[in-house]
Order: sequence, then C-alpha cells, then structure tokens
Amino acid sequence: MEKQEGRDAAGVRLDDPWYDALASGWGELDGTGAPAPVLPPQSVDRRSAGPCTADIYLEVQRSAAFQEVRGRYRGFVVPAALAFLTWYLAYVVAATTAPGLMARPVAGAVNVAMVAGLGQFLTTFLLTWAYARHARVRRDRAALDLRWAVFDQTRAQEQTKAQAEATAREQAGTQGMTRGNER
Amino acid sequence: MSGDHQTLALLLFSAFIALTLAITTWVSRNRRGSAEEFYAGGRLFSPMENGFAIAGDYMSAASFLGISGLIALYGYDGMLYSVGFLVAWLVVLLLVAELVRNCGRFTLADVVASRMSERPVRIAAGTSSVAVSVLYLVAQMVGAGSLVALLLGGTSEAARSWTVIGVGALMVIYVSLGGMRATTWIQIVKAVLLMAGAIAMTVLVLARFQGDFNQLLNSAAERSGHGKDFLSPGLKYGGNWTARLDFISLGLALVLGTAGLPHILSRFYTVPTARAARRSVVWSIGLIGSFYLMTIVLGFGAAAVVGSDAVRASNAAGNTAVPLLSLSLGGGAGSTGGTVLFAVVAAVAFATILAVVAGITLASSASVAHDLYASLKRRNSKQRSEVAVARVAAVGVGAAAIALGLLARDLNVAFLVGLAFAVAASANLPVLLYSLFWRNFTTRGAVWSVYGGLIPAVLLVVFSPVVTGSPEALFPGVDIHVFPLQNPGLVSIPLGFLAGWIGTLTSAEPPDAAKHAETEVRALTGAGAV
Repeated sequence: MEKQEGRDAAGVRLDDPWYDALASGWGELDGTGAPAPVLPPQSVDRRSAGPCTADIYLEVQRSAAFQEVRGRYRGFVVPAALAFLTWYLAYVVAATTAPGLMARPVAGAVNVAMVAGLGQFLTTFLLTWAYARHARVRRDRAALDLRWAVFDQTRAQEQTKAQAEATAREQAGTQGMTRGNER
Repeated sequence: MSGDHQTLALLLFSAFIALTLAITTWVSRNRRGSAEEFYAGGRLFSPMENGFAIAGDYMSAASFLGISGLIALYGYDGMLYSVGFLVAWLVVLLLVAELVRNCGRFTLADVVASRMSERPVRIAAGTSSVAVSVLYLVAQMVGAGSLVALLLGGTSEAARSWTVIGVGALMVIYVSLGGMRATTWIQIVKAVLLMAGAIAMTVLVLARFQGDFNQLLNSAAERSGHGKDFLSPGLKYGGNWTARLDFISLGLALVLGTAGLPHILSRFYTVPTARAARRSVVWSIGLIGSFYLMTIVLGFGAAAVVGSDAVRASNAAGNTAVPLLSLSLGGGAGSTGGTVLFAVVAAVAFATILAVVAGITLASSASVAHDLYASLKRRNSKQRSEVAVARVAAVGVGAAAIALGLLARDLNVAFLVGLAFAVAASANLPVLLYSLFWRNFTTRGAVWSVYGGLIPAVLLVVFSPVVTGSPEALFPGVDIHVFPLQNPGLVSIPLGFLAGWIGTLTSAEPPDAAKHAETEVRALTGAGAV
C-alpha cells in the first residue's frame, strides 16, 4: 500500500521543476506531490509576504495534537534508549572486567556470559518488536493527520498568495477597471 | 586448496559478476539521469526489499569471515563483536531512521543543513562522510585483496594487487552506470546468497552435533586447546587494563557508529515514507540478528570441527575458518561435497565484498557531488550536471580506494573497520542527534561538533600504537605514539558531543526557532518530506 502510494507520488514529483534546485528546500514543497511553486525566489518573498510556511510549522508545533505525538514518541524512545544502552554497556564492561562472574556455569557448557550474550540478542529483537508496535498503534495515525494538516494549510496559503498576486497584477494592468475576473 | 576448488570458485565468481552486470544493465535501460534516481533509486523500494538491501550493505566480509574466525580462535571474545554490531541497530531504529527519512533528501548533510546556514555545515558534514566512507572502503578493499587471493590459492603480491584493482573497477562500473537502483538490487541478491549460505552451513554444523548446542560448545572448548576458558570472555581482551579499555572503546564505537555510516543513512531515502523506513529497519534487524546468531554457531563449529590450531595455521587472523569448515562439512578436501561447498562459500564471500564496496562508493560519491562539489563550486549547478559529477566522483573515489587499498594492504582489516565506526560515531552521530533533538543547536555548534569529533579521532589514531611504536604498527621503525588505545572511540566520541555543545553555547547567532519547529514537525510527522 505504501509502495503504491509512493510510486504515484514520485511519478508526479519527478517532473517538478523544484528538483532542479540544489538547496535542501525547506518549506518550499508540501511533499505529497502537489505542484511546487515554479517561481524560484521563495526565500525572497518568504519574509515579506505576511504569513509564511514557517508560521504554519510554528503553529503546528504548538498544537496539542503535535505535542501529543511528540510526547508519545519521546515517552517511548528516551527510556528505551537509556535502558538498552545501559544494558549493553553493562554487558561489555562486565565481559572485560569481571570474567570470573561471566564464567560461572548455568547449565551444561552454557555459562553466564553465554546467557548474557544471547540475552542481548533477545532484548534487541523484543525492543524492535515493541517499538514497531508502539509506533504503528500509537503514533502513525496521528502523525499522518498532522502531515495532512500541514499540507492543507500550505496549499491554502499558496492559493491565497496566488490570488493576491493575480489581483495585484490585474489592478496594475487594467488601471482599476472592472474586476469581474476575480475569483 | 586444490585446482578443483579454484576452477569451481572462479566459475561461480564469474556467474555472480555476470549476474550483477546484467542487473546493472537492466535497471539502467531507461534511466532518466535524475538525482532522485541516481542517489535514491527513485525512492520506490518496498520495506522488505530495502530491509534486505540494508542487511546486504551492513554484513560485510569482515563479519561473515572475520567474526566467525575470531570466535574460532578466541571463543567468546569474538562473540562480543556480533552483539555490538546488532545492538547498534536499536540506535538506528529508535533515534535515526524515521527522522532522517523525513528530514533529508540524499545525504546526512541534508538533515543538518536544513536547519543551519547551509554552506559551512554542508562542507563539514560532507568532509566527514567522505572520510568515513574512504576508511571503510579501504578496509573492504584490503579484505578483498587478501581474501580472494587466499581463497584462490594465489597468495602472491601480484594476485592481491590485481584483485584489488579488479574489485575497484567493477564497483565503479556498477555505481556510475547503475546508481542506487543497481546497487540496491546487487545488495538484495548478495543478502539472499549470504543468508542462504549461512543457513546451509549452520544446518550442517548443527546436524553434525545432532542439534545439541551444548555438545557443540563442549567439543569447541575441547578442541580449542583452552578448555572452559574458551567459552567465557578474556582470551583476547582479558590482558592488562589497556587492552580492556581498548575493548570498551571498540564496543562504544560499534554501537554508536552504525547510525553515522553514510551508506546506511542513504538507504533510508530509497523508500517512500518514514513508516517504510521503519519497517525496512525491522526487516534488517531480523536478518542481521539471525545472521550474527548463525556466525556464532559457525565460529564455534569451526573450532569444534576443524580445530583452532588448524584455523590459525591457515590464516593467523582466522579469516579462513568458515571456508575450512565448509571443506570439512562437505566431506573433507578432495571430496566432491567439500569442493562444492568451499567454492560456494568463496563465491558468497566475494559477492559480499563487491556489494558492500559498491554501496559505500555510491554513498561517498553522493557526498562529494551533492555536498562538497555543490557547495564549493557552482551554486546554481543544474541537476543533470550534479549527477554527472557524482558519476565522475564514483570513478575518483574508486581510484583513490584502489590506491589506498594497495598501499595499506598489510593493515589489519578488523582494525580499519573499527576505526571507520569510531570516526562515524565521533563526527557524524553527535551532529545528527543534536540537529534532530536539540532546540538551541546552531550553525557553529554543528560545524564544531563535526570537526571536534573528526579531528581528534584521526589524530588519536595517528598517535596510537597502531601507526607507530609497536611491532605490528604501520611504521614499526618510528615511535611517536602517545595515546595507548588502538580505538579512539572512548575519547573522541565524547569530544564530538562536547564540541557541539560548547560551539552552540558560545555561538553569537541566536537559534532559529522557526527552523527548529520545521525540523521537529517534519521529522515526526513527515510533513513536507520528499
């Protein structure tokens, strides 16, 4: 499903003139395949033209929905990362400084060191599974909603801007004559 | 190694080369020459495909032959490598993969440069990426030279040199003609071959001991000549405190270095979404984890079936443990089974080296063209020309790697790999984590953390016993060594983090709240991701 979505999106995106630009191009593209602005001087009118993409991101960052997603991500990742790094470092330090403890037999030829080493494998697999599940169940949906929210806002803003420019052009061109064309 | 082995092995090598060249031609049949296609394979790979490709990129010959060899010689101490190489993936999965996929386009520098003033950051991150790639590449080339020459019987200097040149030339062809798409398919083919080979060997070893792991361990301990000590840590790293600290340093570099390897990071851009990036890492953790579990069985199996002394007699570093094991398991030297199995293992090892080398060459050519060339030369260079530069850069990197590989052919391969991991962990990881997670991070902090990790790491190696002052050193005649450890990680990784922190605190430029908001929102939601 994801692959399909990506294929379609990329099919559109490859033709974007934006891709000719080198810069990492933040805030210039909505990323879901909508036409990027053809005009290059994004950075020029970005600051002057009132509300810009940066404001959208600041606003989304302050929103409760985003704080929730970030909280869930950090709430899982920070303790998990601390736990597995501590467990790994404890293992390495024990292996190098306490060989006596590590050599203690557990069952048959299997000793503490072997159990600890295989335990590292086991905890890695378990944590991978737990993280993937947590992200899928608790984070993916909300993150996708936010992504669409940003997309909608960016597009709305671009339309407003394009409209304002069209109006301005018209006014200049027709010397303030009738504006029946205005959308 | 008799002539039969060599003929069959050469035949399988040629088949693999023909297959990979066919893949390269096939995937580049209607290429459009876009940067998207060259660096990221069009971002169209599925999580499973990318998971296999990541595993293929990561499982080098150093792990297939090196780790099982170390286990065959030193028992448990070799296993510590397997654990470090696997646990490192948790750092990638939890902290890096999804966020990098959402924030960047082609390289590590993309992620950092988006928040900062672009030029200095891009130059710094590009430099460190190229440095890490070249170190890793030299390790693989040196390994290729000694290994293939060894497997084919011709251990003469000329045979090794020609192997290095041949491998280098092949990888330049793959990368410059096929780009990321060809490289990815080569990784996938290689990962499947490697897993199949490892599974077959593991099954044979376990069958030999009736599936009794306990009995396998006991025979290994018995035939190693070390008895029970073989099964507990300390044989290799249990000496004085310098050796122990050295191992802790290596362990730190292994677990933190993976997340800073440019060729691993660039793999996340080949899938369409962050969710796909996460799922590809889950695939690769499954593959890599089961592979390293199998190397443990193979290592102890080699000790039990072949015997540690026989392994050491064939190659002092233990690199031939698995080929020797395959010969024994197949029925011994001269038997058909032994010949076939040996040739298969040799061909898999060769495929492994070629694929890993191609992946790193692509990543470093991306850094040269997308980061260094683009920032240093022409600001408005067109996309077509950037890809052209990348293709030329692949040739240049290949030539440099061949030259260095020939110069450094007597260096220990495992050391070079450990060094590449240490440099990646010191120079690339701090800047990556700071840009993704620290609100007040600034341009100066970014530049300082890259150079503050890179320069100490390289300097500490120059002044370590590896380069001068010990009998096994690169220049045994000179003695300028002042740093006692072989691996700089224990000192240089904290220095990289510290330099980034100090650089940020002393920075005159205020942190850009808007850019940080953008990074954070994009990283976690995928908004605006390419």
